[in-house]
Amino acid sequence: MALLDIENLTVKFPTRTGVFVAVDQANLSIEPGQIHGLVGESGAGKSTIGAAIMGLLEKPGYISGGTISLKGKSISGLDKASLQALRGKQISMIFQDPLTSLNPLLTVGDQLVETIQAHLDLTSGQAQQRAIEYLELVRIPEPEVRIDQFPHQFSGGMRQRIVIALALCSEPDVIIADEPTTALDVSIQAQILSLIKELARDKQVGVILITHDMGVIADTTDVVSVMYQGKVVETGTTAQVLGEPNHAYTQSLISAVPRPDEKMHRFPLVSYGGRSHEFNIESLATSWKKVDIDPEKPLFEVSNLTKRFLKKSALLPSKQTFSTAVDGVSFNIQQGEVFGIVGESGSGKSTLARMIAGLYPTDGGHIVFDGQDITNAKDLSDYRRQIQMIFQDPYSSLNPRMRIDAIIGEPAKHHKLLSGKALQHRVDELLEQVGLSAAAGKKYPHEFSGGQRQRISIARALATQPRFLICDEPTSALDVSIQAQILNILKDLQEHLNLTMLFISHDLPVIRQMCDRVGVMQNGIMVEQRETEALFTNPQRAYTQELLSFMPTLRGIKSA
Amino acid sequence: MNYIFKRVAQSGLVLLVVGLVAFSMFRFMGDPIDNMLGQERTQEDVERLRDELGLDLPFPVQYWHFLSDAVQGNFGVSYRQGRAVSEIIAERIPATLELAAVSAVLAISLGIFLGVFTAIRREGWLANLIMSTSLIGVSLPTFLIGVMLIYFFSVYLGWLPSFGRGEAVQLGFWSTGFLTVSGWQALILPALTLGLYQMTLIMRLVRSEMLEVLRQDYVRFARARGLSERAVNFRHALKNTLVPVITVIGLQLGSIIAFAIITESIFQWPGLGLLFINAIQFVDIPVMAAYLMLISVIFVTINLAVDLLYVVIDPRLREGGK
Repeated sequence: MALLDIENLTVKFPTRTGVFVAVDQANLSIEPGQIHGLVGESGAGKSTIGAAIMGLLEKPGYISGGTISLKGKSISGLDKASLQALRGKQISMIFQDPLTSLNPLLTVGDQLVETIQAHLDLTSGQAQQRAIEYLELVRIPEPEVRIDQFPHQFSGGMRQRIVIALALCSEPDVIIADEPTTALDVSIQAQILSLIKELARDKQVGVILITHDMGVIADTTDVVSVMYQGKVVETGTTAQVLGEPNHAYTQSLISAVPRPDEKMHRFPLVSYGGRSHEFNIESLATSWKKVDIDPEKPLFEVSNLTKRFLKKSALLPSKQTFSTAVDGVSFNIQQGEVFGIVGESGSGKSTLARMIAGLYPTDGGHIVFDGQDITNAKDLSDYRRQIQMIFQDPYSSLNPRMRIDAIIGEPAKHHKLLSGKALQHRVDELLEQVGLSAAAGKKYPHEFSGGQRQRISIARALATQPRFLICDEPTSALDVSIQAQILNILKDLQEHLNLTMLFISHDLPVIRQMCDRVGVMQNGIMVEQRETEALFTNPQRAYTQELLSFMPTLRGIKSA
Repeated sequence: MNYIFKRVAQSGLVLLVVGLVAFSMFRFMGDPIDNMLGQERTQEDVERLRDELGLDLPFPVQYWHFLSDAVQGNFGVSYRQGRAVSEIIAERIPATLELAAVSAVLAISLGIFLGVFTAIRREGWLANLIMSTSLIGVSLPTFLIGVMLIYFFSVYLGWLPSFGRGEAVQLGFWSTGFLTVSGWQALILPALTLGLYQMTLIMRLVRSEMLEVLRQDYVRFARARGLSERAVNFRHALKNTLVPVITVIGLQLGSIIAFAIITESIFQWPGLGLLFINAIQFVDIPVMAAYLMLISVIFVTINLAVDLLYVVIDPRLREGGK
């Protein structure tokens, strides 16, 4: 008998336009001490299964069929009170974002103690003692002191440890971890995953690990189920599913994962389900205005760039304290080259990008573009026309109250390049070139998916025919299949239009596939800067080596 | 500490500016000598009085005298009543403060309770009824509510008095209506009238903040840990709604005291508001200036208290606004 058994689970969401089947006859079974991965793209129904098990489905969703049984007893038909007694006590959950899953106004000790006392019959002194033990278990240093601190006094990785302690402290049999490391850096991700593995083994807890990251699945899980549009299409041991996938969807999903071990010319696309949006690079290339430049000279030179942020203000300048976000960074980018910047969050990557885009004033150093010093220059309009930026979050980087054609046309209009009919013509052309139809221009951003929105962002960036693109984590908010499409588009732009790019990412495999040269940043300093292949095969600095060692790899996959 | 010091200094600055405005009223609303001496005066009298009152001194010196007197509670003599302004105000202030306190307690307790209730039972018919009714509270002007209450409870039912403060008991310098039945009876209608608007405002604010907070991850996580609904709703959700709510409560509390004028006029409540209305009618500038100063002290104190409360509630504000 399995610890948790899910049979033919079906979850439906009635909507205005009809009933949406979020989970369709799914079967899963979890053994004690086992980590069961649940992988799939966003909208595949992974998190809905987790919420259904917890009895926390968002209204108006409901379980329309099937059974969920824990240790042989059905729990899917229980009333509110029995479900609440079950939550925490027998099934716990870990959420994605550790920054938002702790109550900011209560100390971590308060939150632990109240959870322990809700489930176990202990005095507050005993509960306090137990809370300290659990903080120790998840390796929070000095638990006696830190138990009285508030969530904001901990780093992101520590907070996720506290979340794990909270999920474990009531001694549950099953833990549902919903994307537990998606919001964390690779090095922290490795720590958290090994902690989950260790605790599952020691405490014989069954873990359902929900993720869209194939690398996490390969590193952590024993068994994996692949979901596609609400259905579990394939289940098996991790080695088997990743190594010899049976289902066509699994095969194409695995092939779309950027390979960390080898550079490939293009990303294989997820072909399953007949989704393909053609990006028409030839048409774009014929209308592109090419600028001739001496190929020997770098297009872009950054020397000694520094940015400080005021940490504590004071009247006397000598009393002010600063934190240095970017500290004396120098690099060159040749015409047509893709230069990557990699580093953990807080290493100064995005600050650097904003200074280069002219969004932040610099505190030192020079930025030279095409032989012209643009550092703190008065008139940046000509420079700004030639550089464009693609942002990380395709949801917040498009104005929700503007129509798509207005969004795409705005940069060209602002720089007075085009107007009226000619502008409209350019916008329609761009929309078709990025694989959307001209009719999309009449719609608003919320009518598009994340991947489509990122195409719109690219179309907007291309509207002024720039020579230099700054891509700040352009795919980190997207699914693997969409990521492959977007990265292929960016590769096409670079190859056919000779566009120069600054490509910022924390995702090492993506960096390896995209970039010609890479700079590694740590605490505002560029610690290493080399050709991509050389950096990945033979890293020089200790920090780079450490970063590379945390990179999840897909074990058991034969190289194609 | 730094935070507290800054807030106190800012409050002091605000009071200085208000003091300046109050003081300049004396100069812009006619010559005080004209007001004090009658028609039959000699130039000598004028000169003597001017010298006696220090009105020949330069403006900043006069302002300094005004300030140092004001700090000691000396606001001069009422033109109309010929008594010390401080004495008149001390006589009137208990009535206003008691009225304000009762309506504030009503507004805050009912407002928070109903706000939480309507947020948790968002779909329920009772919550919807309360929400629709509350629109009336927000949209009807105070004087109309007051007149309607008087008509219904005093004229039609004859249960409650329509004006005055009932029987007051003197406790030292403080005259209170809390100790007599007639005092409480007289208090009900004005307190309702004054508090109704604030109550609906607080309720609607608590509800919308609460709905926002109930969507947060930490509330979902608290549920997922198996905590009881009560712990989730009150310990986790309500506390997180409080920062914006106490901001508004602070501002509203100030205006309950300051703008009790309308309610006090309707119910002929012998408080500061009525005093102020009468002072305006008779251009009794010392009373007006003192009233202005007093209200600004109350406002500034309440807001200072609110600022300090933030720090108590939200630990993130404790270390230098991180």
